[in-house]
Amino acid sequence: MERRRFLNKLFAVALPGGVLGIVLQRSRARAETSGYDASKHYYGMGIQVDKCIGCGRCVEACKDENNVPREPFFFRTWVERYVIKGNGEVVIQNIDKTISATAEVIGERDFLRSFFVPKLCNQCDNPPCVQVCPVGATFKTEDGIILVDEKRCIGCRYCIQACPYGARYLNPTTQTADKCTFCYHRVVKDLLPACVEVCPTQARIFGDVRSTASPLTRFKRMNKLHVLKPYLNTEPKVAYSELDGEVR
Amino acid sequence: MNGPFIDRLYDLLKQVTGYIYPNEIEVHWSILVVVYPYLTGLVAGAFILASLVKVFNVKEVQGVYRLSLLTALAFLLIAPLPLLLHLGHPERAYEIFLNPNFTSAMAMFGFVYAWYLMVVLVLEIWFTYRRDVILWAREEKPPMRWIHRVITLFSNDVSERSLEVDRKVVKGITIIGIPSAFLLHGYVGFIFGSIKANPWWSSVLMPIVFLFSAIVSGIALVILLYMVITPLRGGKIDMACLDKMSSYLFYAVIVDFSLECLDFIHRLYQSEESIKILSEMVMSKLFISLVIIQVLLGMVLPLALMVGIRLLRVNEELRKLLYFVSVILIQLGIFATRWNVVIGGQMFSKSFKGLTVYKMELTGIEGLLMTLGLLMLPFVVLAILLKIFPAWEWPKKHAAVEPAM
Repeated sequence: MERRRFLNKLFAVALPGGVLGIVLQRSRARAETSGYDASKHYYGMGIQVDKCIGCGRCVEACKDENNVPREPFFFRTWVERYVIKGNGEVVIQNIDKTISATAEVIGERDFLRSFFVPKLCNQCDNPPCVQVCPVGATFKTEDGIILVDEKRCIGCRYCIQACPYGARYLNPTTQTADKCTFCYHRVVKDLLPACVEVCPTQARIFGDVRSTASPLTRFKRMNKLHVLKPYLNTEPKVAYSELDGEVR
Repeated sequence: MNGPFIDRLYDLLKQVTGYIYPNEIEVHWSILVVVYPYLTGLVAGAFILASLVKVFNVKEVQGVYRLSLLTALAFLLIAPLPLLLHLGHPERAYEIFLNPNFTSAMAMFGFVYAWYLMVVLVLEIWFTYRRDVILWAREEKPPMRWIHRVITLFSNDVSERSLEVDRKVVKGITIIGIPSAFLLHGYVGFIFGSIKANPWWSSVLMPIVFLFSAIVSGIALVILLYMVITPLRGGKIDMACLDKMSSYLFYAVIVDFSLECLDFIHRLYQSEESIKILSEMVMSKLFISLVIIQVLLGMVLPLALMVGIRLLRVNEELRKLLYFVSVILIQLGIFATRWNVVIGGQMFSKSFKGLTVYKMELTGIEGLLMTLGLLMLPFVVLAILLKIFPAWEWPKKHAAVEPAM
């Protein structure tokens, strides 16, 4: 009897204690994985122009992941097809068939070289959009990504005018400015941006620009790089390899 | 989603030439953003005319001093309206005042506007009119008596000493007012001129060109109002006043035209990468609004008319007619200038490889009817202001005396 009572008491204390212990341990473990420290990162992207096959999966994935309106006037990322003709003329088309439905068809013998160029927000280190936003709704995070606070944005569109890359649009649903965030909601969970994740040729490389051993660092070590419109001193964090001089 | 809006974008898509970035199909700053710099320009110009009268004590133009001040106020009260209507979230506009981002030229709007409205215009008008409003309140019956009593803030002192203070304060405000007027419109020019991404806007000359075109449009507007209101109230147009204002206008047009030529020549001579697409745009999308309306009708023709008036010594009636035609043409030209800056700056792609189109709607917030309404509204405000602050009537007791200001 004594022993049974002792065991009962032990069970009554140990069971809730054990459960509590497990819960505490789990929540601590969760806190450790979600304990994202922005100060330890600084993100950038590399794009290998010669690897892009213009399949457009990145554009699709971006629209799905980020609720970007489906119409072909709103893009966080898009892909341009460049054709340099024999006479030097440059023909640029968006690979989105809705936009380029009436695009010129260029015969095989007419062209000199052709390639695809994925475009997105360059997450400038010296961002003109952040400079001009009258209410500070567009800002740079500690880890170097330019975000828009849609609850503060007044929809004046000054940032859209200030972006040299046409990377911003006004979301017709929210009536606020919108742009690529490098899929920040994924990045803080240690996931890759959607466009990088789905690229079948690994033309897009995402990583920490300060890291010494990331794929991005390897990309930067192995390639000659260029950024878009360097003369504007926006200091883009998206770098291109094999970028043709005709690309704007 | 907004179906008609999307349908319109599909329509515009067919008219795009060359290559534009996909997010560039929508023209983001529409006609309402054209109206905004046009209205602030009129404010700055009308105020600078009033200041010239005060600072240089030009006798001939004293008659339009009060009209200029009231015109500036009427237009300043309406100027933020097109901006507000244009916002995606007008209900958050107060954020510009409460949480301004100090690196943004646009965020300075709140400060520049409040300074100009409260410190410069309202104060100057109050001190200019204080004596007369007190005297009117004594002579009148309610409700005008009450209105005037409230406007005087219940001050009742018309002693020579208090009037001397009024005069000194007005002089002081005018001196602060001129740089403030320069600031108001120079700042609007800076909003565009500081956008390095856009070669059509990005120019150090932009604030100065804006400023001089503002002076031109403001003086032209006051001349127009003077020529319309005077016969309506049964008065006679003072030709000395009209000639003097027109000579100011003439010099302002010459400076403005020279600056615009300088900008044009500078762009052509530098011949940067953007020159090809900009030339294509000027010769196609902007040909009518820039070459025909802004330059030929709005600048060259009025200049020729004013030169003609000076050289040929035309008689009074013909002179009035030519002045009238000139100021209307100038208004048209300056509106076209604003259009060409704002809309022109968005007609070409930042890829420099293509041109887009802008089609104004008839109805809707960003439509033609709304625009006309916004352009008419300042005149309604001015009519009310002139009712409360008559520009050419003095209190009966002092009718024979020159106004204090």
